[in-house]
Amino acid sequence: MPNDVVAPDDPHAQEREALRDTVRTFLDRSSTEADVRRLMETETGYDETVWKQAADQLGLTGLAIPEEYDGSGFGPLELSVVFEELGRSMFCGPFFSTVGLAASTLLASDDDAAKKEWLPKIASGQAIATLALTEESSSWDLADITTTATRDGSGWKLSGTKWYVLDGSIADLVLVVARAESEVAVFAVAGDATGLTREPMVTMDLTRKMSRLTFDGVDAQPIGSQAVGREIVERALLMAATYLSAENVGGAQRCLDLAADYARERVQFGRPIGSFQAIKHKLANLLTEVEQARSASYFASREAAAGKSGETTDDLPLAASIAKSYTSDAFFHAAADNVQIHGGIGFTWEHPAHLYFKRAKTNQLLLGSPSYHRGLVADRVGI
Amino acid sequence: MRWRIEDAPERAEFREQFRGWLRNALPDGWLDAVDTGDDEKFDKLHRSFDLGGWQRTIGSSGYGAPLWPKEYGGISGEPWMQQIVREELTRNRLPSISFNVLGVGLAGPTIIEHGNEDQKKRYLQKILTNEEIWCQLFSEPGSGSDLASLSTRAVRDGDDWIVNGQKVWTSIAQAAAFGMLLARTDPDVAKHDGLTYFILDMKSPGVEIRPLRQMSGSAEFNEVFFTDVRIPDENRVGEVGEGWRCARTTLMNERVTLSGVSLDRVAFLGGTRKDPWQSFLETIPDRTSPLTRDRLAQIYIEQEVKEVTSFRAAAARAAGRQPGPEGGVSKVFNAELNQRRSELAVDAAGLGGVAWMPGDGAAEARAYNFLRARANTIEGGTSEVLRNQIGERLLGLPREPDADRGLAWSKTRR
Repeated sequence: MPNDVVAPDDPHAQEREALRDTVRTFLDRSSTEADVRRLMETETGYDETVWKQAADQLGLTGLAIPEEYDGSGFGPLELSVVFEELGRSMFCGPFFSTVGLAASTLLASDDDAAKKEWLPKIASGQAIATLALTEESSSWDLADITTTATRDGSGWKLSGTKWYVLDGSIADLVLVVARAESEVAVFAVAGDATGLTREPMVTMDLTRKMSRLTFDGVDAQPIGSQAVGREIVERALLMAATYLSAENVGGAQRCLDLAADYARERVQFGRPIGSFQAIKHKLANLLTEVEQARSASYFASREAAAGKSGETTDDLPLAASIAKSYTSDAFFHAAADNVQIHGGIGFTWEHPAHLYFKRAKTNQLLLGSPSYHRGLVADRVGI
Repeated sequence: MRWRIEDAPERAEFREQFRGWLRNALPDGWLDAVDTGDDEKFDKLHRSFDLGGWQRTIGSSGYGAPLWPKEYGGISGEPWMQQIVREELTRNRLPSISFNVLGVGLAGPTIIEHGNEDQKKRYLQKILTNEEIWCQLFSEPGSGSDLASLSTRAVRDGDDWIVNGQKVWTSIAQAAAFGMLLARTDPDVAKHDGLTYFILDMKSPGVEIRPLRQMSGSAEFNEVFFTDVRIPDENRVGEVGEGWRCARTTLMNERVTLSGVSLDRVAFLGGTRKDPWQSFLETIPDRTSPLTRDRLAQIYIEQEVKEVTSFRAAAARAAGRQPGPEGGVSKVFNAELNQRRSELAVDAAGLGGVAWMPGDGAAEARAYNFLRARANTIEGGTSEVLRNQIGERLLGLPREPDADRGLAWSKTRR
C-alpha cells in the first residue's frame, strides 16, 4: 500500500506529500544515525544549528501556528506528516515537547496575551517549551494532580514536583498543570525562575530527555481562566496524542523497512532468511499492523483538523485514544520484531535497532499507556 | 458512514441513474421507507416481497452483472459501477448478492473471456435470470492452497471426456445445474500445464453429491464425486492444457466479486440490518471485568481502524489505482479480528458460552459464530498463503524454494 493517505475528497493530499519530501530530505542530511548517536550522549539532547534550521528555514515549529502569531497557519494533517518523518529518523530535539505539547496547550487556551508572547517565539525557534503534567505516580488523569497554585497578592505561586517532564531542563517556558482552588489550571513559568529546581532523569531512551522539576513557591502566570483550565489541558493532550501517533507510524514503518531490508540480504542455510516463512510471516504481520496504524493515525489527524483551533469535534477524543493505543502497540511490536529479525547484531549497541525499541517503549507509556486509552475508548462506546 | 467518499460527477450520475431504476422496479414506498427510517413500514413491504422475482428483474436489467459486456446482458461497466450498485442495494436493504453469485461473478466472466460463441449463447443469459445456478469444482482433498496439483482426471474418449476423481468445498452443488470443473488431462507435464477447464452438467450420470458437515454442525458445502462421468468435448472451455489460464480468470473474478462482501443472511435476502456494534455488545451482557473491557475496547479499536483502511483502499481505487495484493492485508486482518471477536463473546459468557438450554437462540448464534470463524483464516486463501504473498509481493522477500519446479505432475510428491 502506498505510504501516503490520499483521499479524493482531500484537495491538499498532494501538498502534504511535497511537504513530506522536503522534511525527509532535510532529516536525511541533518538527523543521520551518527547525528542521533552524537546528540543522545549530550545533556541537552539537540543541535542548536539544526533546531534553528528546522524552525527558521523550514518553518516546522510554526507550521500549525496561525499566521497572526507568526506561524504558517497549516493544521494537524500537515504537522502529522512532519511528526511521522521525525519519528522515522529518530530526530533528537525538543520538537514534541515544544510543538506537540506546549504549542498545543497555548493554542487550546483563550489567553491571547500568552499566545502573543510565546507562539511567535516558538514559531521562530527562539523558545523551547514543554508541558509539566505528570507527577511521581506517572498518571495522566487530571484528578491525580497534587501540585498546587496559590494566590499571592495579584499573582500565583506554584508548589509541588513534576516528574517525567520532556526537555524540562532546557525549556525556556514550562507550562505547569496545577490545582488552583480545587480547579485544574495551567500556569506559565520561565525555565530559569527562582525556586525552580531542574534535575535530569535517567532515561532508557537517550534521545528523549526527561527531567524532574521541583517548584518551591515559584511565581507563575496563569494561562487562560481557571474555569477552562481542564478543557485546555484535555484539548492539548488530544492534539499531543494525535502527533505522537504520527511519530509512532513513522518509527514503526522505519523498523519494518530495516527488518525487511535485512531479511532480503542476510543469508543462513544457503538462503536469504526472508525466504523462511518464520521470518516472512513476521514481516507480513508487521506490514499489516503498520498499515492499520497508519489508518488509525489518519483518523486522529483528520478529526483534529476538522475542528477549528481550540475546538474539539465529537469524535476527536475517541479517535485520539484509538490512534494512541493502536499506533503505540504497532510501533513497539515493529521495534521488537526488528531486534529479533536482526538476531545477534540487533542486540548490540552499535546497531540502531535498540534506539527504536527504547523510543517505542517510551512512546507507549507517554500520554497514557495503550490499556489506559482502551479504558477511555470503552467509556465512550458503551462497553 | 464517517468514511464515505464523495462521488465524483460521473459516479453521482450513475448512482442517480441506478436509484431511478430502483424506484421504478421496487414496490411503491420502498425507497421512502428506507430513507425516512420507517422500519415498520419497510419490514411489512419486505415480508411480502417476491425475492425470486426480484432476482430475475435485476438479473435481466444489466445491473445484476455490471461488469459483463452489454451484448451478454451486462452494462459493460467498470468495477466502481458494481461497487455503487452494491452500495445502493445494501443501503436500500435489498439482497446485495445474487443467489447465483458463482454464476454471475465467476462462471460468466470465464465463459466471456475463454468460451466460444456457442457456449456464450447457451449459458450466459440463463445465469443472469437464475434459471441455471452454477457451482465451482476446483478444490480437492489433496489440493487446497496448491490448487494446480489437483488429481481429478479427464481422459479423452472419442467426442467425450471421461472424468474420475473428487472435489470438495463445493457450495450449492445440489441446486446447481452446471459446475466449473478443472481437471487433469495430461499428467506427464508440469502441474500447471496439464489442466483443462470444463463445463459439467451436474445431472450427468456418475456425479454424486454428499453434504460436508463442518465443525459448526451445519453443511454449507459439499463433496462431489465423479465416477466415469462423460463430458462432451463441446463443453471444454479454452484449449486442452489451457485450464490453468482459464482458472486464473475464475479466481481473479472470485476476488473481485467476493472481496469485502459478507456472505450473511441479509446480503442474500435483504432486510433491516441492526447496528453491528450494538448487536455484538448485546451478546456480552456482563462487561464489568477489566479484562473483558480491555479486550472489547481493542476489538472496537480494530474495527474502527479497519473501516479507515477500507476507506483508504476505496480512495486509492477511486483515484484510479488497481487493487493489488494489499487486499490480502485486509483479508488476513479481518479474518483474525473476527476470530478474536467471536471468541471474546464465548469467553465472556463463561460456561454459558459452551453449554445452554435447548432453544436458546442467542447462545446458539454465539457458539455458531465462534466455530464458523475458524474457517475465516482458511477459506479464500489461507492466512499463511496470503502472508507469503504479502512478504513476496509487497516486501520483495525471496520465494520459498519450490520442490515441484520443472517436474512432471506424475513425478511430484502428493
